Amino acid sequence: MNIKRIFGENLLIVLGFALMIAALYMVFMYVPTDKHTGIVQRIFYFHVPVAWVAFLAFFITFIFSILYLWKRDIKWDTIASASAELGVIFTSLVLITGPIWAKPVWGVWWTWDARLTTSLVLWVIYVAYLLVRSFASEPDRGAMFSAVVGIVGFIDVPIVFLTVNLWRTQHPTMIIFEGGLTTSMLVTLLVCIAAFTVLYLVLIKRAARLKQMESEVRRIKNIVA
Amino acid sequence: MENLAYLFAAYTIIWAVIFGYIVFIYLKQKKLQQQIDLLKQSVEEPDTGNSP
Repeated sequence: MNIKRIFGENLLIVLGFALMIAALYMVFMYVPTDKHTGIVQRIFYFHVPVAWVAFLAFFITFIFSILYLWKRDIKWDTIASASAELGVIFTSLVLITGPIWAKPVWGVWWTWDARLTTSLVLWVIYVAYLLVRSFASEPDRGAMFSAVVGIVGFIDVPIVFLTVNLWRTQHPTMIIFEGGLTTSMLVTLLVCIAAFTVLYLVLIKRAARLKQMESEVRRIKNIVA
Repeated sequence: MENLAYLFAAYTIIWAVIFGYIVFIYLKQKKLQQQIDLLKQSVEEPDTGNSP
């Protein structure tokens, strides 16, 4: 590992840590409490960035899956699969924090609303992506089939995003683009989004390295065998 | 401070999951590195590596 790489990685960790501290301070100390939904509205400042990171992760999987199918280079599959894993983790967090917000506001944990249902479908698609890889008899076949799932499955991302406009849903609309947030709320949300984006970058580097090591173990085992 | 428990639960779960994933990556990376070192050793020294 060269000095430039160590420095770059550590800089990203320091930046992510500083942004996360700033985000937590803004969520709990700076931004005013929402008049309508009360203190529970503060879940929104982490729920939205977590959803953004999930979408970003699946977009990266989509791009690198195309690259893998095109070039058949394992390094693209390594990034695609690491990002899909992170996407599943962050989508799980979306599906957990959403109902925690919904219970006190809507009175129910879950409803088969278009946004919620398509988000659950998205989670199922990428869990299938990971399962295809783990059940494949050969790593190359697993990489190829999962790349197809990663590309086709991405169709659901814009659907999830647009559900609040396409259907009548219970889920709040895209208030960020409609000017429904005060300046302090918007700034807080943007800082949280920046913090989670940096967190994603730190995690994807680590997760991709892990996948790389796994394929290295397989390669050396083949030499030994 | 109504619904504080929901807020607490949401943030705790987010951090627990992220922290859990970081620990998982760290432990798995450590295990894989040990495996790679052992395998490399057995490739470099094939006679002594598999002998009973």
